[in-house]
Amino acid sequence: MSFFIETLLGGLMTGMLYSLVALGFVLIYKASGVFNFAQGAMVLFAALAMARFAEWIPGWLGIESLFLANLIAIVITVGIMFVVAWLVERLALRHLVNQNEATLLMATLGITYVLDGVGQTLFGSDIYKIDVGMPKDPVIMFEALFQGGVLINKEDFIAAAIAAILVAALTLFFQKTPTGRALRAVADDHQAALSVGIPLDRIWVIVWCVAGITALVAGIIWGSKLGVQFSLSTVALRALPVVILGGLTSVPGAIIGGLIIGVGEKISEVYLGPYVGGGIEIWFAYMLALVFLLFRPQGLFGEKIIDRV
Amino acid sequence: MKQIRKLAIAASLAAALTGGLTVPQAFAQAKEQFFPILVYRTGAYAPNGVPWANGFIDYLKLTNAKGGINGIKLAFEECETGYATDRGVECYERLKGKHGGATAVQPLSTGITFALTEKAPGDKIPVITAGYGRSESQNGAVFGWNFPLIGTYWMGADVLVQHIAKKEGGFDKLKGKKIALVYHDSPYGKEPIALLQERAKMHGFDVQLLPVAHPGVEQKATWLQIRQNKPDYVFLWGWGVMNSTSIKEAQATGYPREKMYGVWWSGAEPDVKDVGEGAKGYNALAMQHGAEPNAKVIKDVLGMVHGKGQGTGPKEEVGQVLYMRGLISAMLQVEGVRKAQERYGKGKHITGEQMRWGLENLNLDQKTLDALGFAGVMRPVQTSCLDHMGSAWARVHTWDGKKWSFSSDWYQGDEKVLRPMVMLASGKYADEKKIKPRTPEDCKK
Repeated sequence: MSFFIETLLGGLMTGMLYSLVALGFVLIYKASGVFNFAQGAMVLFAALAMARFAEWIPGWLGIESLFLANLIAIVITVGIMFVVAWLVERLALRHLVNQNEATLLMATLGITYVLDGVGQTLFGSDIYKIDVGMPKDPVIMFEALFQGGVLINKEDFIAAAIAAILVAALTLFFQKTPTGRALRAVADDHQAALSVGIPLDRIWVIVWCVAGITALVAGIIWGSKLGVQFSLSTVALRALPVVILGGLTSVPGAIIGGLIIGVGEKISEVYLGPYVGGGIEIWFAYMLALVFLLFRPQGLFGEKIIDRV
Repeated sequence: MKQIRKLAIAASLAAALTGGLTVPQAFAQAKEQFFPILVYRTGAYAPNGVPWANGFIDYLKLTNAKGGINGIKLAFEECETGYATDRGVECYERLKGKHGGATAVQPLSTGITFALTEKAPGDKIPVITAGYGRSESQNGAVFGWNFPLIGTYWMGADVLVQHIAKKEGGFDKLKGKKIALVYHDSPYGKEPIALLQERAKMHGFDVQLLPVAHPGVEQKATWLQIRQNKPDYVFLWGWGVMNSTSIKEAQATGYPREKMYGVWWSGAEPDVKDVGEGAKGYNALAMQHGAEPNAKVIKDVLGMVHGKGQGTGPKEEVGQVLYMRGLISAMLQVEGVRKAQERYGKGKHITGEQMRWGLENLNLDQKTLDALGFAGVMRPVQTSCLDHMGSAWARVHTWDGKKWSFSSDWYQGDEKVLRPMVMLASGKYADEKKIKPRTPEDCKK
């Protein structure tokens, strides 16, 4: 029983991190109708910037405090992500207003390659460390209840808690603030939003900025766990089944979808994997999402799209 | 009319000049030996691919700085594969005919090796896979163009089993033990399975197979299974980020790093440096060499290449594990050319076919290795037409939190176990591909 609980908790905590990445997809899609394939590249770019500045700043400024170095690096990276958002709006999106979704998706594919290349050129392609003081050793809990206790990974637990706080904050921002409402209006119809005076260019910069900050948080958490290297950009692909499952337009969908995928892939790997040769968790997540789609094509919480013919 | 005449004169002059230039260029080509270099400096495996490539190129530069191979300078060109088989094959096709033809090719990927194994015989270009590739390609009678020099994965897995048997007090003590193999779910990662299953049958231990999907960043489920099954040892057959992730997950699930043993591609600085203290006690195979900052050849590289501002990568990585792997891979290829020149003419350009003869007749005894600057780094390598590996020596080294240090004596892969497996698997390959194995008589040609 304790092993099942460990697997379940492991899945939930991983799922929370998937939710965080999925949220980046959902935010941009809701605000601009763009399926942002570059979200993974943004995670890598932000994490690379954060890791390298945290490494360089003590040398440049003579700071010894790790906390202060990390803080300055985070502030600089937020600034960089703002510049990235502004450039994306100026150089790509502005010219694609009212284009169909496939065109916008292709543009984000291009942005992916640019960010991957520029990120590695500017900051290097080695493995870099982000040390934000996350505990690495596990704790054993509930020893009185279960023989051998239940292993809890403190780092995963803290990461999941941070992700949960950010998800909650973004949900509130989206649902309760005037900017959030403007974002939703832009998502519904670019031209209609423009006609009622919503500044499209500013809204897009804001939403890409928010997605950039989400990418930075995801990058810090994953980078601290895995080291900052190119594979971080593939972590975003793990969030694709989450948005398929949860629906591209739903913040709660991203959260619930993330948890279902996280738990589903861990349980499948542990209990089903040994019978089929193992290594199944990646495709199992997609399969799980596709099975859901058979019954709810719009995803668990996605909006039902009805087109009149 | 005058204009036309001028144009005609100009065209004739241009043609004459171009023709004039072509002759010395062709001469220059005959005086250089071309080494195509398949590398990955970008993508998920770049942190491991970059030091290998830098070591390889620095050794070629060192050879040129010393006057080349009997006066023949080395020309080289990189091609980025991204560790992808399709791109690797594309690189091979693009480079194989350049600069008078490729001397040999080193794919630096088991997947690309599998693909090139089919192509190399037709092109007559040797495929050198120092420490990787197909284990059965040791049999040169069937795999006439493959050279898994100084180590195969079967040999590596065999040495690891020998090492833990020694730690346990003998092979008989392995009965009932559990070994988990955490492997990259690719042709590379699957290579040691056959040997481990063979050894498991012999000694009565249990092997648990735990594949990890590319690139290996999600291993929680894998390590939860390890926590549940409590294996006595974990063998790690990873590459790139998968290695450091495994060590971090071991720490996160409380599995002792002292019980973990990586293959030689899971035992370099990029695998442990950002885990630091958490990787303390982690062991890995050293395919002969480890980190060798004090080797004479490294001092030569620092003096004659980096000292002249011609170093390929950062000075700090010179002598590190993967840098050394690249450097040794280049040295084996250079020595293959030198050997071939002994037969086909010193100072002459060597073709792919002649290079095969050179690689099949390598005889790097300790005196030669020491003279090349590899004293204490390598043991002798002697190949033959039927043995394309040439040496089966390995050691274990351990990460102490700051650096790799050797923690075992030398081991040698057990030929009594390896040879029958090699013969069986290569025989099957020969039947499948309808290859007539070369006889000792064929080898003399």
